Amino acid sequence: MNTRFSLYGFLLLLSISSCSTSENTDEIFAATPLDLEIPQLFQDRILPPITSPTNPQSVEGVALGRKLFFDPILSGNGTQACASCHNPQNAFSDEQRFSVGIDGSIGTRNSMPLHNLAWNYNQKFFWDGRAVTLEEQIFAPVTNPIEMNNTWPNAVASLQSQSTYPELFRDAFGTTTIDSVLVSKAIAQFLRTLISANSRFDRHLMGENILTPQELNGIEVFMNESKGDCFHCHGNPFNPLWTDNTFHNNGLDETFADLGLGNVTGDPRDNGRFKAPSLRNLAYTAPYMHDGRFATLDEVINHYSEGLVFSETIDPLMKTVAQGGVHISESDKADLKAFLLSLSDESFINNSNFQDPN
Amino acid sequence: MKTLFFLLLATPLFISCNNDNSDTLNSVNINFKFSQNWDGVQVTNADFNNTIYVNEMGRELNISRMRYLLSRFTLTNQNGDVFSTNQFNLVDMANNATLTFNSDLIVPEGTYTLSFIYGFNQEDNIDGAYPILNSASWNWPESLGGGYHFMQYEGSYDVNTEPKPYNLHNGTARVSEGVFEQNFVTITLTNPLVITTGNEIEIKMDIAEWFKNPDLWDLDLYNVTLMPNYAAQKLMQRNTSGVFSATIN
Repeated sequence: MNTRFSLYGFLLLLSISSCSTSENTDEIFAATPLDLEIPQLFQDRILPPITSPTNPQSVEGVALGRKLFFDPILSGNGTQACASCHNPQNAFSDEQRFSVGIDGSIGTRNSMPLHNLAWNYNQKFFWDGRAVTLEEQIFAPVTNPIEMNNTWPNAVASLQSQSTYPELFRDAFGTTTIDSVLVSKAIAQFLRTLISANSRFDRHLMGENILTPQELNGIEVFMNESKGDCFHCHGNPFNPLWTDNTFHNNGLDETFADLGLGNVTGDPRDNGRFKAPSLRNLAYTAPYMHDGRFATLDEVINHYSEGLVFSETIDPLMKTVAQGGVHISESDKADLKAFLLSLSDESFINNSNFQDPN
Repeated sequence: MKTLFFLLLATPLFISCNNDNSDTLNSVNINFKFSQNWDGVQVTNADFNNTIYVNEMGRELNISRMRYLLSRFTLTNQNGDVFSTNQFNLVDMANNATLTFNSDLIVPEGTYTLSFIYGFNQEDNIDGAYPILNSASWNWPESLGGGYHFMQYEGSYDVNTEPKPYNLHNGTARVSEGVFEQNFVTITLTNPLVITTGNEIEIKMDIAEWFKNPDLWDLDLYNVTLMPNYAAQKLMQRNTSGVFSATIN
């Protein structure tokens, strides 16, 4: 009797152990490590990318993140994916001024482009810097009532009930039990692979092509403190991220409908300060500014040339605010625009690894 | 074989000599702290766009940004022995992590004087050579001689009446198109620093000095777009004379 009880006990234990292995944790789990492909230009000129020690890149994690990014399953009514407002053809931004949520709600900020996010050295994401990791950033849109308007328990339940997702999570993270943290990790892994470094200007820097005279004068306007003086906030040929990844009040308004960074820090000195966006891929990311107020690059250039307005927190780098701007010539404006467009990377928006896999 | 034997015998002798030195004088790994003040009153990033200062010409101003580059820290003892490092540190008052710097400089305990370079000397000031500085967008335009900024000091003046921006950006001076003049300064501080294990050297910047010593700085004359302005560049270079001091903590 004792022997039979022990045998049943052993079999029960084996059964529990077996269930645990198949449904939760793969004892021999090992996702395939995947290093970011760092462009030579970046290797030569800037610091290495920032990856997460708690979320190492893997082949399976990136593939899962890509699938999730393009899948409307994360939204409250199953109609909207991350990619709905972050379209690859728009360098992962939205061509509309404000994105429209699943209920028809309209946002208040323009969708930010997504590229070279692993080189965001100060790790502050969104226009107002309110997320301090890429993983944290991903949490927000799913539950935002004017975006995907879902709850995480509901989103996770939807994924869990699918036939494919549990297996994909097991392959990526060693468990079939899905949670919001793993969802954010997978999408973050995919987003870190969105690397753009093959524009005409990049190839010029690598000695692979020659710019037009107009583009060459445009970079001179960009780098000239007496003219465009764009480089203090938007990088330079040795910092080809084309952003300083920090926050500035660039003289858009006398008063602020949106406090930007000030709304996050609670510090009135930060009111009206927004993240300087990268100037990469401008050909695809219109409209411009945090609120998408400028439909064209010409309007943006005109703003800095003639449209600056004073407010208490204006950045001292907006040095000609008393004159309304830097007042560059029409010829220099055209050349500056030509240079800015040379930072656009067609191979990035058409990269087959960045398209919808579903 | 005889040579090998000699080397085996000789090696411990050299080691022994080194040990004798370290027995009498502890080696100290030099750590630096960087602080800023206005005529002796501490300035931190909490003062940015907040505290109002009055410069030597009576102009009310605030500070919104201060970044500066120091390099080639050198300690010289009373025997004239020189200990130096070719490292550099970009101090960004907005980033507390840059206000300390653990150097690779190791010196025996003793009394020293400190010197360092404000900015980069000509040998070090190589266009785009340092990824950490490129990543901080610290570059100085090629048309102005290239290399890197030495300082970015920004704020507003006449803040209680009609606020206007000022940008004291310093680097290589452009004499004329294609003609440039080195603008770094070797800062030599003569006060003795008694270095013992566990202490640090504090390098202090008195921001008020930029406006007064030896030349009065007229913000009506020099406020923005100073990078291509030769006179303003040389004025900043001269006014480093009283900006820096150092103490042992």
